[in-house]
Amino acid sequence: MRDKLAIGLAAAASALLANNLYQMFMVLPDEALQGAIYRILFFHAPAAMVGMIGYFVALTFSVLYLSSKNFLYDSLAASIVEVSLVFSLVNIVTGSIWARIIWGIWWTWDYRLTSALVCILIFFGYLVMRRAIDEPTQRARLSSALCIFGCVDVVIVWKSIEWFRNQHPGPVLDFRTGGGKMDPAYSHVFWLNFLAILLMGVALVLIRTRQEATAREIDSLRRLAHTAA
Amino acid sequence: MDARNFTFMFYGFLAAWLIVMLYVIVLARRGARLKKELDAVKKIASHPEQHADRR
Repeated sequence: MRDKLAIGLAAAASALLANNLYQMFMVLPDEALQGAIYRILFFHAPAAMVGMIGYFVALTFSVLYLSSKNFLYDSLAASIVEVSLVFSLVNIVTGSIWARIIWGIWWTWDYRLTSALVCILIFFGYLVMRRAIDEPTQRARLSSALCIFGCVDVVIVWKSIEWFRNQHPGPVLDFRTGGGKMDPAYSHVFWLNFLAILLMGVALVLIRTRQEATAREIDSLRRLAHTAA
Repeated sequence: MDARNFTFMFYGFLAAWLIVMLYVIVLARRGARLKKELDAVKKIASHPEQHADRR
């Protein structure tokens, strides 16, 4: 059932992405100031948003693990963090390529970029730490704590463009500015692409969660075999 | 400027898809390894006495 759902979501995401790519290249004109490269933002910003949503869903599961000690929540949090990290990487790499043309530099240590990099490092550390700890209870407890800590940085990443003066552009999306900063035609394709990337993320999380369940089954069978022998 | 602009847009799209595709490959390989491991452990769990001798 879960496999079918993952395949269905991936197929829906692919169809939507194909439609969005057509819209981006064949329907929307180049942006007046940025030229063709502004199209990177249709992936750059939605990838960041899907990553951030993922970290907060993982935070919820981490808190649920700490309150219930149910390992299912820990597995869900770990799966979601891993997939979110992939989208955060997409965000930072595409942003850097966009910056090279628009700013003339690959990178600058402003609040937005630095906090996004710190976020990636924290959650990469989360995954490395999980591999380093064998004892499941200790691993789950420390992972949950690190996830909660990491989400503080996610809030800083999100709000940094409002709190500080940055090289990074300020908010342009309607729900943050009240409207008027983005052409409705661009905004329409932007949200469609956000939906496509979100669907892709959910499909990847479903696959990753199944793998976590298999790993748990292997662990319990090993213990069973060890006890029987 | 325009040609360079277009080239870098291509790099951006390529980078985004490469990262996602690499992750999908990692997921697929991990899935195959886990399936193999599960089959092996199931075999051991169904006949623990045979495998205890080997240990």
